[in-house]
Amino acid sequence: MADTPDETIEESSELAEVPEPEMFGCPMTDSRGQLVLHVDRDRYLDVAKQLADEGYAMCVDLTAVDYSEHMERPLPSSVTAERFEVVVNLLDITHRRRIRLRVQVPEGDAKVATLFDLHPGTEAMEREVFDMFGIEFDGHPDPSRILMPEDWNGYPLRKDFQVGTIPVQFKGAAS
Amino acid sequence: MTLISDEGAQELRPRSELTASELLREVASVLRLSEAEAAKLGDLPEDPDEDQTMVINMGPSHPSTHGVLRLMLELQGETVLRCKPIIGYLHTGMEKTGEQLTFMQGGTNVTRMDYASPLNNELVFSMATEKLLGIDGDIPERAQWMRMLLSELNRMSSHLLFMATNGMDLGAVSMMIYGWREREEVLRFFQKVTGLRMNHNFVRPGGLAADLPPGWRDDVLRILDMLPERLEEYDTLMTGQPIWRERLQGVGVITPSEALALGATGPILRSTGVEWDLRRHDPYLRYDEVEFDLIVGSYGDAFDRYAIRLNEIRESMRIVRQILDLMPEGDYRIQDKKVTPPPRARIDESMEALIHHFKIFTEGFKVPEGEVYVAIESPRGEIGCYIASDGSPTPYRMHVRAPSFVNIQCLPHMMRSGLVADAVAVISSVDPVLGEVDR
Repeated sequence: MADTPDETIEESSELAEVPEPEMFGCPMTDSRGQLVLHVDRDRYLDVAKQLADEGYAMCVDLTAVDYSEHMERPLPSSVTAERFEVVVNLLDITHRRRIRLRVQVPEGDAKVATLFDLHPGTEAMEREVFDMFGIEFDGHPDPSRILMPEDWNGYPLRKDFQVGTIPVQFKGAAS
Repeated sequence: MTLISDEGAQELRPRSELTASELLREVASVLRLSEAEAAKLGDLPEDPDEDQTMVINMGPSHPSTHGVLRLMLELQGETVLRCKPIIGYLHTGMEKTGEQLTFMQGGTNVTRMDYASPLNNELVFSMATEKLLGIDGDIPERAQWMRMLLSELNRMSSHLLFMATNGMDLGAVSMMIYGWREREEVLRFFQKVTGLRMNHNFVRPGGLAADLPPGWRDDVLRILDMLPERLEEYDTLMTGQPIWRERLQGVGVITPSEALALGATGPILRSTGVEWDLRRHDPYLRYDEVEFDLIVGSYGDAFDRYAIRLNEIRESMRIVRQILDLMPEGDYRIQDKKVTPPPRARIDESMEALIHHFKIFTEGFKVPEGEVYVAIESPRGEIGCYIASDGSPTPYRMHVRAPSFVNIQCLPHMMRSGLVADAVAVISSVDPVLGEVDR
């Protein structure tokens, strides 16, 4: 954020008053009193490691959201909205605090690093996200579907996966 | 390629098809450990010949799997070498359904996930919705205490169910009848209060569906007076019995660091000696105003998990007694016209009330844009609800962090190098509810 010389003093002091809060260089926001960290996809694993060292040693939840029908959601200015978001909830048992990571994942390259090596408990959750959203986890030891049958087409929790698309057949009914 | 059945890549692959590094990787994945950690274990069995091992299926329809859980076990003699739980047989897309239902209707959906503790599911969903609405600080006192009463009674009924199934799985078949009998007493109370034995949809955003019925105090007292004696019977029948102890002690051991790494919560985590209970450490409702003890184990085995649940029933009874004394008078739901339908009597006399009632039940109420994660302590561990809202009356995304889904990852770890006969004891001690695992 380089100050341009023709900026008025008032404006720059206003800017200085409200610096974008951040942690490990990632913009940090507050959602209804909960701490949210918007992590860049490339730095995701790195930040998760640093947080684990800080005490956030337990990954309680990992899920994803398909924002294709709600792209204009509020995000910090430095974050570009993508179709998918991987949402990770971390817990620090010692200090009794929680933090949430939100990682933007583009549609064309739906791939993120796996947290498996750091938090083995994400194994099933990452498989579920892969199963439901088609987001791949790079380095996951067992990237197979978990809830849907192996030969299922499509990813059910994507917004473009319509409900009720399987025709219902009634036995003995006139067709 | 010899496929064992039709689930393809989800299954345990035959040993002969794997290279050494793949095997290590697969063992690591099944153990839910990283490759580096798995290599450090050092006690991986020497590659046995293919004809010495056998892969057997347990489930998906097996009386001790508590529903439709399928386990693939690789055995060498009686020893379990590898194990992989295969789930999804009960998957009904409840998170997708949750996106079609309004916040008002959402309770009917989430209550069917963990059908052994439905009120806790409704509670976490309602609390997440209230947090999004920004009314979580305005819920009336009576509603908070009523929620606590129901939540604790539900913990008791769920643990009584565990007593029944755990006894049955291990051969104490009469225990099944006793456990179900006592649970039924609690469910009878729920029926009187909510109209239903299970799947109540009673806890709703903003409060509860109705006030407690007349005479509820006597009903609760009857349960509280009856139970201690029955729990003593359980102690006689199971806790002190050498056969029971032989069957559970030292079986399915898990260490604190493993439990934390695997994300296990609830009695599994507490059995390893880690003091962690959201009622105590992240108090919600009015849990900071009642006295209760945390039950913590020390060995992390199946017996500890049994004993923790048995004593948690006693602690819940202690909490319920305090709730009886402290229950305030007042509203059972928030008087916020945005989320609360008008009282029935008003509908007859006021056109506006009728329109309001109609609108709130057809359209629902709009919830401001945002996302929250709220977690509470269910009988099985941390149940969390993540809701993202786009400002419409239906959640944009509704995700439930199901404790059983995460806890079930401990199975391969607990069963490894154990006996196949102990597999049943291990599954039972994890107490998974498959409706919640598959959602």
